[in-house]
Amino acid sequence: MLLQQDFEHVVAREPGKAALVCGDTRHSYADLAEGARRLAALLHARGVRRGDRVALFFDNGVEFVVGMLAALRLGAVFMPVNPLTKHDKLAYMLDDARASALLTSSVLAGIWADALPPTSSVHTVVVHGEVLEGDTRLCAWPAAGTAADVPADAPTPATIDQDLAAIIYTSGSTGFPKGVMLTHLNMVSAARSVSTYLGLRGDDTILCALPLAFDYGLYQVLMAFRLGATVVLERNFSFPVKVLERMVAERITVFPGVPTMFSMLMALKNLATFDLASLRLITNTAAALSEVHIGELRALFPQATLYSMYGLTECKRVTYLPPEQLDIRPTSVGRGMPNEEVWLVDDEGRRLPNGATGELVIRGSNVMRGYWEKPEETAKRLKPGPNPGEMLLYSGDLFRTDAEGWLYFVSRRDDIIKSRGEKVSPREVENALHAIDGIYEVAVVGVPDEVLGQAVKAYVTLKPGVQLSEREVIRQCLARLESFMVPKFVEFVAELPKTDTGKIKKTGLG
Amino acid sequence: MADIKAQVRQFIQDNFIMGAKAAKFADSDSFMDHHLVDSTGFLELVTYLEETFGVVVDEEDMVPENLDSLNAIEAFLATKHVA
Repeated sequence: MLLQQDFEHVVAREPGKAALVCGDTRHSYADLAEGARRLAALLHARGVRRGDRVALFFDNGVEFVVGMLAALRLGAVFMPVNPLTKHDKLAYMLDDARASALLTSSVLAGIWADALPPTSSVHTVVVHGEVLEGDTRLCAWPAAGTAADVPADAPTPATIDQDLAAIIYTSGSTGFPKGVMLTHLNMVSAARSVSTYLGLRGDDTILCALPLAFDYGLYQVLMAFRLGATVVLERNFSFPVKVLERMVAERITVFPGVPTMFSMLMALKNLATFDLASLRLITNTAAALSEVHIGELRALFPQATLYSMYGLTECKRVTYLPPEQLDIRPTSVGRGMPNEEVWLVDDEGRRLPNGATGELVIRGSNVMRGYWEKPEETAKRLKPGPNPGEMLLYSGDLFRTDAEGWLYFVSRRDDIIKSRGEKVSPREVENALHAIDGIYEVAVVGVPDEVLGQAVKAYVTLKPGVQLSEREVIRQCLARLESFMVPKFVEFVAELPKTDTGKIKKTGLG
Repeated sequence: MADIKAQVRQFIQDNFIMGAKAAKFADSDSFMDHHLVDSTGFLELVTYLEETFGVVVDEEDMVPENLDSLNAIEAFLATKHVA
């Protein structure tokens, strides 16, 4: 079973059904298939082949989805890149994955143009929007309805479910993102398990304001396309009132969110004036909802069932709490999803009984194949399982279980900060701070924040005679980092606490 | 009227962007499309508008039609009788 096969069945069965709504434009399943066919033909003519990496660098929109489908059609591996990414990190990812093609839009040219040196592995850049002359790697997005210059259909590749479907980059403690390798089998298994426990249906309309470059957003589309459902895609959640108007107009039935979004919604005094009677499912992941927020959400949307979930890019989703358990154990992240086994282990890898605290281990077809060309980092996370050849995922996160085996998140084992539901590597932020003239030493930590979950805070010491304002530091970080990684607070200090060996000590900061 | 756009442009340049690209955005350019302002940035922008121009931005006003370009902000402030 390949990731695009259910989509192809829906195209054959219900070609005219709305697959994607972007702004005022409705795209049917047949429209998307046709767009993907044309784009795949172009990519094939430009030399993209089975197994090649194809980067998708877009704001949320139909082009991302068509690009993904085109890559899958060719047996290529799609690689979503967050549109907030700056040029040096984009260049790093394209280089690390040795990507062959970049699919992007002209509004992001200011970023990708600087990420494509002549030595880049990228030989084809398909640009949606205006294409500048002069670089032979660039070509225009194939327009609908102009058959004349479209090459013949790309041949069907011999892809099987052991082949990679996607590489999704995730932040790591080292400060360099790692590419999570996911096969067709991994992604089909995850999409099937999640849509099964949620009870998603073909007649659902899902509102997705999550970035498609984030697996939580991406899977809204993948799960909808399995079932023939409709996704209403929003660019982002900057204007909650706008999103609410859309939810009313489209009679949204499913709303996946992260705690920051729910906080923004609950802060609106006019929330009750929006008729959301159709809403039947609300899901939360990426960061835990507080017990207070769970109560408020359920009071505001009594018509909807709330799912609390926990996941990792390395296996998509790990656990979910069945809604009937919310009143009994509201702070639990639940248990493993269908066709997946999870348990806790001690430092020696021994399975722990209920009531203990330990590292969460995951076993299932959804577990990644490793980090792209990072065998050492892979070996820390993937370890042999009970059957020959089988690998288990060690989450790196500490959990406890109650007497009945329900799971509760305790802490991360690394120093990754979760802000706005996104992973922030302190090292990556510190590297960006060090690039600012006049900064001597830095330490980046997460501090509790009502809306963001954790806010990024930087402690900074300056070189002698240097004057910098908090705003100036933030502004310079905005030029180098995705906005969710940029420190919300910068505190200038005379010196940073050190260990006996002179390393900066973060305990006590925050 | 050009004064409002100049002031807001200065605020955006001072707070959100830097480098050679900073000066280039047009009055009609969408802040979202061009990644000039993100979701947190829009909240800061609203606070700035309220404090600088003495207006109250209601929840209903928090839509891209009012806030997503220099032209949009100028037109929005005109409805609030700022000129």
